[in-house]
Parts: sequence; structure tokens; C-alpha cells
Amino acid sequence: MSEHMTFDAPRLSVPDRALSSARMKVGRAAWAARYYRSFSRDAVLAIAEAVARAGYEKAGHFADLAVAETGFGVVEHKKIKNELCTHTLLDHYRDLDLVTPRIDAERKIVELPKPAGVVFALAPATNPVATVYYKAMLAILSRNAIVISPHPVAKSVSVAAARHLAEAAEAAGAPSGLIQCVEEPSIPLVQDIMASDRINVIIATGGTAMVRAAYSSGNPALGVGPGNAVAYVDPSAGVDAAARCLVDSKSFDNSILCTNESVVLTLDSNRGNMERALRSAGAHVCNEADTDRLREYLFGKGSLNLAAIGKSATWIAERAGIRVSPSARILVPVVATPGQDDLLFREKLCPVLTLTSAVDFQQALTFAKHTARRGAGHSAAFHGDDTARLVRFSQEMPVYRVVVNAPCSQGAAGFATYLPPSFTIGTGFAGRSSVGENVGPQHLVQWTRIAYGKDVPADLSGIDLSAVSTDRATARAPVAAPPPERESFDRDALRQLILEELRSLQGAGK
Amino acid sequence: MFNYGYFAFDSKEDLLAKAAEYWNPGKVSFWKDAGTPMVIDRREGYFLYDMSGKRLIDLHLNGGTYNFGHRHPELVEVLKSGLDYFDMGNHWFPSVARAAFAEKLVKTAPHMKYAIFGSGGAEAVEIALKTARYATKRRKIVSIIKGYHGHSGLSVATGDERFSKIFLADRPDEFIQVPFNDEGALEEVLRNGDVAAFIVETIPATYGFPMPRDGYLKACQDLCHKYGTKFISDEVQTGLMRTGIMWGWQGYGLKPDIFVCGKGLGGGIYPISACMVDEDCGGWLIEDGAAHISTSGGSELGCVVGHHVIEMLQRPEVISNVHFVAEFFARGMAEMMKRHSDIFVGVRQRGVVLGLEFDHPEGAVAVSRALYENGVWAIFSSLDKRVLQFKPGVVLDVDLCQEILDRFDSAMPRARQLLKSGRRAA
Repeated sequence: MSEHMTFDAPRLSVPDRALSSARMKVGRAAWAARYYRSFSRDAVLAIAEAVARAGYEKAGHFADLAVAETGFGVVEHKKIKNELCTHTLLDHYRDLDLVTPRIDAERKIVELPKPAGVVFALAPATNPVATVYYKAMLAILSRNAIVISPHPVAKSVSVAAARHLAEAAEAAGAPSGLIQCVEEPSIPLVQDIMASDRINVIIATGGTAMVRAAYSSGNPALGVGPGNAVAYVDPSAGVDAAARCLVDSKSFDNSILCTNESVVLTLDSNRGNMERALRSAGAHVCNEADTDRLREYLFGKGSLNLAAIGKSATWIAERAGIRVSPSARILVPVVATPGQDDLLFREKLCPVLTLTSAVDFQQALTFAKHTARRGAGHSAAFHGDDTARLVRFSQEMPVYRVVVNAPCSQGAAGFATYLPPSFTIGTGFAGRSSVGENVGPQHLVQWTRIAYGKDVPADLSGIDLSAVSTDRATARAPVAAPPPERESFDRDALRQLILEELRSLQGAGK
Repeated sequence: MFNYGYFAFDSKEDLLAKAAEYWNPGKVSFWKDAGTPMVIDRREGYFLYDMSGKRLIDLHLNGGTYNFGHRHPELVEVLKSGLDYFDMGNHWFPSVARAAFAEKLVKTAPHMKYAIFGSGGAEAVEIALKTARYATKRRKIVSIIKGYHGHSGLSVATGDERFSKIFLADRPDEFIQVPFNDEGALEEVLRNGDVAAFIVETIPATYGFPMPRDGYLKACQDLCHKYGTKFISDEVQTGLMRTGIMWGWQGYGLKPDIFVCGKGLGGGIYPISACMVDEDCGGWLIEDGAAHISTSGGSELGCVVGHHVIEMLQRPEVISNVHFVAEFFARGMAEMMKRHSDIFVGVRQRGVVLGLEFDHPEGAVAVSRALYENGVWAIFSSLDKRVLQFKPGVVLDVDLCQEILDRFDSAMPRARQLLKSGRRAA
């Protein structure tokens, strides 16, 4: 019997279709970007509105699918996150005009917006749909095309969500191919596309290795790494309010956001109060034995037990062998002294919040700094009214966001604060990233500056900038058969016509 | 020194001399005289490199043979992988590659029943004409004036006399030609009820891609059915997504009894062609399956490549890309026509099949030369030298499309100059 009769493996080697199709997606995105880059502000906002509406309508549906596919997080919280990336995100950026040229008559400078072109975006498993929504919206607002590579464990829901948004965008007049998602992501595929000279910028949200790979690709990248947020509760804080924030933040989507607190730190004098307040806010505060069990369950093999990511407190407690009330919202292991080596001080991405306390503020600060290095450049929280300490804390900590008297999960991501709403939290130089802010559409546009000599006359009011961005209708009108010139140019009617034509074109291809 | 390991040439001139001496002196001198003395050395993607090192963007694509560009890495990988297992195969026997490829092809055109393989377009046409004769028991074949279906015995007789008379291969008694876009003329010859088939390119390529008038092809098909004649679509240049849809006839609402495809079917790396027939026409495959035999037709390697070509063409990204390229050149050429309206007078287009009309009997010859000098290779239509065949590939990217248009624009003044001197000479 030949070996071929005993094995079912293909007898011929087959080219990697997923890779080939991903490369073609990039080509298609380049076409879309070419047309989209000259869309007018009205046309861009119309597409953004349509996508926000479509995303909002199915936020719950995709939340369901995401939890079913990945096993991470809480459906109702994911629904909220998805929703936040629709109308809320759009409202935040509605007045940030990245389309219209800017004229500074006094400085004799005219600025023309130049979108990046093709954005290649990596999405994590933890926030799959919210990230697809969020990055697609960023691309739309900045007039870029986007190809999203989801995390393999969340690929089905990511593809479905991206397709849903793409259909809404196209129906609202966007070029076909503006929003695409890789169906079969893999590490070689991501590396290949990241290194491709056909993409213009990478937005990498994910693990350290992925972010470093993005920066090593040779392409411009906005990479943001993991966090390990420390919440400092100063004795000047109301412990009950602080505890409520912490429990709300840690239980939100089972702590799947990288902005969630990993460690809560207070002073020894305040620890008893803190424990009591956390208990009344719904936390299970562990005794020494429970703390050991939890450490063993989460970090027994040296690194974080991936099974625990995004699971509920009771689910984790059961597996760790801890008896908790069914209403326990988070687990709080207690490490009496703030040393550096306890594994429970690492990022956990599950509703486990390590409580520790320092002898004084100086020790607290030193410990907080060291802990934050494991998620350098990310976020921290401060609870209390002592602004002097707040400033010192913020100055010393290697983070770019300090959320004050609010849940850090939602605060640093811009949903419980006035920070820009974002699922890509810039970890800046401290986190070896090029961007330290919450990433927004402005990071995907660069500007050509027309600068007159200081002493030469310049009549900027006479400059005609109407050709810089055109209405979709005029941009897409088929030149082969130009519409008859009319005195009253009915833009909407024409747009409708073109939409219909595009639809029929797509229909013909099916 | 051009050392290829197996053979070597001192220079391009050396090669041209040898080619004229041993291969084809007529072709060698023709291209020299035309001002486009290309000898393709390296080739990659949509680029050709002349032996001189000059790079040309290929818009000739040999009629769509290089639809995916030259040596598309994915297709090369498929062929290499095929060579680890298959060879041409034994055409007498059923084969996995042939069965799989035939099924793949038939599924693209559900009213078809069988795929019969050849190694080139002419062979597929030959099969089509023989099949029509079998099915109708009639002998006469009608084609259009300036039509083109290949150079083998039956196929060449359907075409222009330039290619048949020289070999005494014209057979006017059995092969009748009618004007294109004139269904009345077709009906005249069908009326006697003795015509086996009407064969027509969905858009006649060598004639310069004149567009069929609205309803013309459908009317021809209906007339054929009325008079018991088989309607054969020659899809060698219009198939494989080149008109924006897998088969050109689909876009015209047709259901040909037989259609043929070739060229790009083998991805430009392994020759293969196919004649697709419906159940009625395919009767001979039951009666005597060995009535037509071809040692290299339906080579298993070609089937493996062809199978992958169809799979690639069916990807949504490719379909979308074809539409983008088509739309780009529709707009771009309209713009070019405005800028160069003194010489550039018309665009015939369907998908990525374009014929550009110039206002001079030999206009396209001059434009071809001017484009060549500007790094673009596009060929004139052999049977209407006013028209340049302009055939972008299906996976061209946006930057290269823009470059083509920019080069086209730069070539126009040179074309104008060539045409002026030509006019004076004429």
C-alpha cells in the first residue's frame, strides 16, 4: 500500500490562498483610497453616520457572537463598548475637520490634508468587534481605506462585523473595498502584509511581539502595547467611592480592556478601610490561603493562564478552588508588602485586582513606577483630592494617562472621562511607541504645508481650494458619458444615480 | 553577453541576426521597421524587459494570456507543484486533473455539459466547428468579415483572407462571411437551413474591438436557433473576467450552444484551451469519445494551472479589481481623448478590453511606436490599424494604472509627430 493511500494530506502543495487574497485586499484598498481621498467633508460625514448607525444597530448581535467565539468578556458590556465606537466616537470627532484645507492668513500658511492611504490594522482577541468598529471609523473620518487583520480566535465575528460596516459604507457612497477584513489571519500573513510596500501605515493593537513586529516592518506604524495599570488610593479619597470605581472597572467586560486596573495600591493606614469598602462594593477580598490559590491558578506555570482571560470572578474562583459568594464581582488577592516579584502584580486581563499597601507615599510611588514598567506608557488611576500628590504621581509614573476618581477601564479609554474615546491607547516613548495619545483619526492624516516667504506679499483669500476635495458625485461621475451640464446641478439625484450604477456593477460581478 | 546557460548571444543584434537566419525573417524585419524591435528578456508582473534593458509595461498581454501578469508567483507555484506529481498525462484515459478542471469550468457556465480540451485557441475552435457539424449534420460555417478564430484548417477558413489565401486555405463554398453588427445579413445566409454554425467573437479583437450593437448578439443567437444553426461564442479574448464578468457572453444575456476559451486559461505559463458544449452538441462524446484526439490537449499540468486560474478569477478581490481598473481607464481615456482630440478620436471599451481609435488609417501603428518609446507595449489591431488594442490586466494596481496613463499622455506628442511625417509620406 502506498503512503498516499494511507494519508489524507494533499498530494500537491497548494499556494497560501489566504495570503494571496489578503494581498489582493490591499490592492483593492489602494483603489478605494485613491477615490476616497478626495471626498468632501459632507460625503465623509454621511458615510460615517451610516456606518455608525449600522454598527449601533448590530452592536448587541456582534457582542453575542464575540463572546460565543472567543469566550472572553460579558455580552452586555461588549455591547456597550461596540455602541461607544459608533455614535459616541463619531460625535467626539465630528468637529475635527481632517478634510478641509486650513488657511492661516497671518502666518501665510495653507495646509492641505493628505490621508495615509491604506491602513493595515491589527485587532486583538479581547475587543474584536469594538476594535473593528473603532478602526473602521477612524479610517472613514481620515479618508483612508482599511484592511483589518483580526485575531485568529475572533476571526468570524470580526469578518462579519467588518462586512456589515462595509456594506453600510458602500450604500452611503463609499468606494467598494474601503473597509475589508482578512478572513484567515495567521502570523506569516500578518508579517507579509506588514512588510508590504503597498500599505501606508500600520495600527497595531496587541501583544508586545506584534507591536514590535509592526515597528520592525519598515512601514510607518502606530503600535500600542499592553498595560498594567496601578490605581493609587490616597487617604484623601473617599474609600467607598474609590472602591465602587474599582469594582465597576474590573468587572466591566471581565477586565478585558488593557486600561483596567491590575493593582490597587494604598497606604498601610488605609488598607483596612479599603478592604471593607471593596467588600461592600461587591469584591471578594481573599485571605492568605485564597491569595495563594489564585496565584497558583493564574501564574502557576510562570505566565498568565490564558484560560482565565475575560472570565468572570466566580468562574475563576471555582477553578482556583476559592469559595466565593455567587454575587462576587471581582476577586481581590492581598499582597501585604509591595515587592516587585509577586506574580500577582502582573497584567491579568481578568477581574482579579491585587491589593497592596505601602508605608508612605514615597514607597507607594516607587512601587507604582516599577509596576507600571510592565505596561509602560499605558495608564494609571489616582483616587483622592490631594492635587500635589496627584501631580507628583503623574510626573513620576511612566504612563501617558492618569485617570482621576473614575474607573480606569472606561476612563483611560475615554468613555468615563473627556479623553478621546479609543481602543488604541498610545503607549508612547515609554512603551516604545510612536504615539502617546489615545489614537484618533488625526493620526492617519498628514498635511502638506504651503508656506510663503515671511516678507513676500501673499493673498491667501484669493486661493481657490475647491479642487482639493470634490463632492463624491463629481468625483465618481463616469467621464466616458458625462452628464449633461445643467444650470441647477442636482447633486443628490446624481449621487443616487451613481450609487445605482455602482450597485449594478457589483451585481454584474456576482 | 547574454548567457542563458543552454545558449548564449553576444548582443541583441547577434540574436536578431540569428532569429532572422533560422527562425522568421519576416517577423524580425517587420518589428524593426515598425520601430518596436522588442526582444523580451526578463518578464515579471506586468513588466517586460527588452534585451537592451528597457522596461515596458505590458498592455498587449497576448490577448489576455497574461491576464494575471507574467509569471504570477501563485501560478508559478501551482505549476511547480504540479510538476512534482504530474506530467502532460495520457489523453486516452480519464484523469483527476482533467475531470476536476472540466467540472470547474462547467460550473462557471451551468447550461454547458462538457469541457473538451485543446492546447490552443485554434484547436478549441476546431473542436467547436467539428462539434457543430456533428450536431447539425450540416457543413457550412458562417463567421463575420474581419473575424479571427485561429490559424488551423477549419479555424483559419473562418477568418480574414490575409491568413488563408497565402496557404490556399480559404474555402469560400463552406465558409461564408457576413458583416459584423448586421443580423439581416446573417439571416440571409441562415435561411437555407444548411448552416452548421455561426461563430463570432463576443467582441472581435483582431478587428479592433468594435462593440456589438445593443441586441445584435442576442438577435444572432435567436436567428441561429430559428434556423437550427449552432451559435458559437469565441471567448478567447473576452473570457476570464476581461469584460468584467467571467464570460463575455454572460454580460450580453446569451446562452451559446458552444463556446471556446484559451489564452489566459493557462495563466501564461502552460498552454491549454477548452471548448465548452451543451448536452445536445456533446453527443459525439458518448457516441465516439475518441473521435477527436489531442496528445497535448488537456495536459494535466495545464489543467492544474487552469483550475487555479478560474479559482483566482472567482475571488471577490479580483472581481472588484477588474471593475476598478475598468473604471479608471474609462475615465482616464475620456480625459486623454479631450486632451488629444486631434488624433485620438474614440474609445471602445467593455471591462478591461479597450480599443483606442486614432484618426489615421495607420494611426495605431504610430501610437504603438510612440508608447513603446515611452515604456508601454500595446499592439495595433491587425485587421484595423486605426485601432490600438489596449488591454490592461485584471490585477493591475492603482499606481501602475496611473503610471500607464501618465506615460500614455507623454507619448501623444510623439505619436502626433509620427503621424504628421506619415501623412506627408502618404
